[in-house]
Amino acid sequence: MSKIHVTATVNGDSVEFLADPRETLLDALRDHLGLIGSKEGCGTGDCGACSVLLDGRLVSACLVLGVEAEGHEIETIEGMAGPDGTLHPLQRKFIEHAALQCGFCTPGFLVASKALLAKTPDPTEEEVRYWLAGNLCRCTGYDKIIRAVMDAAAEMRGAA
Amino acid sequence: MHYHTPASFEEAVRIAASAGGVTRFLAGGTDVLVQLRAGAVTPDDLIDLKHIPGVHDIAATPQGGWRIGVAVSGAELGEHAALKRDWPGVVEAMELVGSTQVQGRATLTGNLCNGSPAADSVPALVAAGARVAVTGPQGSREMAVEQVPTGPGKTALGPGDLITAITLPPRGAGGGDAYQRFIPRTEMDIAVVGCAVNLTLEGDVITQARVALGAVAPTVMLVPEAAEAIISTTLDSDALEALVKVARSAARPISDKRGTAEFRTDIAGVLARRVAELAYARAKGRAK
Ligand SMILES: Cc1cc2nc3c(=O)[nH]c(=O)nc-3n(C[C@H](O)[C@H](O)[C@H](O)COP(=O)(O)OP(=O)(O)OC[C@H]3O[C@@H](n4cnc5c(N)ncnc54)[C@H](O)[C@@H]3O)c2cc1C
Ligand code: FES
Ligand code: FES
Repeated sequence: MSKIHVTATVNGDSVEFLADPRETLLDALRDHLGLIGSKEGCGTGDCGACSVLLDGRLVSACLVLGVEAEGHEIETIEGMAGPDGTLHPLQRKFIEHAALQCGFCTPGFLVASKALLAKTPDPTEEEVRYWLAGNLCRCTGYDKIIRAVMDAAAEMRGAA
Repeated sequence: MHYHTPASFEEAVRIAASAGGVTRFLAGGTDVLVQLRAGAVTPDDLIDLKHIPGVHDIAATPQGGWRIGVAVSGAELGEHAALKRDWPGVVEAMELVGSTQVQGRATLTGNLCNGSPAADSVPALVAAGARVAVTGPQGSREMAVEQVPTGPGKTALGPGDLITAITLPPRGAGGGDAYQRFIPRTEMDIAVVGCAVNLTLEGDVITQARVALGAVAPTVMLVPEAAEAIISTTLDSDALEALVKVARSAARPISDKRGTAEFRTDIAGVLARRVAELAYARAKGRAK
């Protein structure tokens, strides 16, 4: 199986990897680039644990091929905190509200929530719930997650 | 698996026509990748259409309709205010497909070509009178959307044929369309029944209508008798009664884990009524 050379931008850095065309972007991030923050919960688009931004658009990295990333910009959970490790308001609010237990779903929820707040800085609770309907959590339940997102949104609006 | 990124539709057709094994076109990949992962379909040749110029565009046609590129995602459709104003039913149907993440990739054309009888955008496209431009080894042609699906997972596209764009007709004055589906949850599920209605009014009277049902037959279907039941009426209670009856008798569903045939038949009537009322309210400018 011949591999394809792929060049893309991940969290602002130019990266290169060799991809088997059957590999997903999630495989490429985790196995070739060592970015293991994005998780594989299902591999079939149902759980959102692999959420990343592709040219600013929220997608499931398990439903994109690694070779499709050629020339595109990808943002993952690893790019969310500041370069000095300062947490993003969403990350802080998830901790404050105890919006995680095992944490497996958390990177996906954070990336998806960030995409929501970029588009809709003042969402209603209903909008948050619908936007995050494709992110599943096995442990915490959704209330704390929704509250953390609403609270982070309020803080970010105040700070802006 | 060989991965191709043709720069034109002609090149894509050439690759597909000369490929010997299993071929798939790649639009959003939300069906293709799931089938790949499940081991259900591992294409020998995968032809990515997203590098072809124009496939990401939503453009007004000279006639006043819309031409939608084959790589336009559900999210992009939803963000297009003018398209949404003309064809709210088509846009709302596509927006029901999957999660926000799926919306970032999934396309109308992929939804159509995957051939699911429960595909959400297809009844809305059929009701709207949408057409597809097809290019293949035998040249180019146009088809009505309802001619594309021929059975579960099957389409009328021959080997090497591909869709190059979907066109929606001019909306015109006094028009409205709508789509709704029944699912047991509020999000992230496959339609048990779907129904789309598109109609045009003169004053209060319906002069033209198209009604389509999804998930109640081997393919999405246009139901001309349902349209006849409401044409020349003001969608009064008699017309609605007639519509409900005709929609139920047109339904030929199967029973499966999502619902019994009896339940689906009943719901086909319920949805036809609700969706017709919504399309009518939109045509009157009373609903968004
Ligand atoms: C989690 C999840 C939830 C989903 N929920 C729904 C739902 O609620 N409702 C629903 O209807 N669907 C749903 N789907 C299915 C899927 O998202 C849709 O069918 C989607 O519209 C497919 O579009 P795509 O661009 O991703 O297609 P792709 O996967 O790229 O392609 C699908 C098929 O179409 C063919 N094809 C693509 N483009 C062309 C072309 N131009 N010419 C000829 N053939 C072409 C491909 O060869 C392939 O066979 C869901 C999928 C997932 C993963
Ligand atoms: S791993 Fe991608 S959606 Fe579950
Ligand atoms: S915290 Fe465990 S899956 Fe969400």
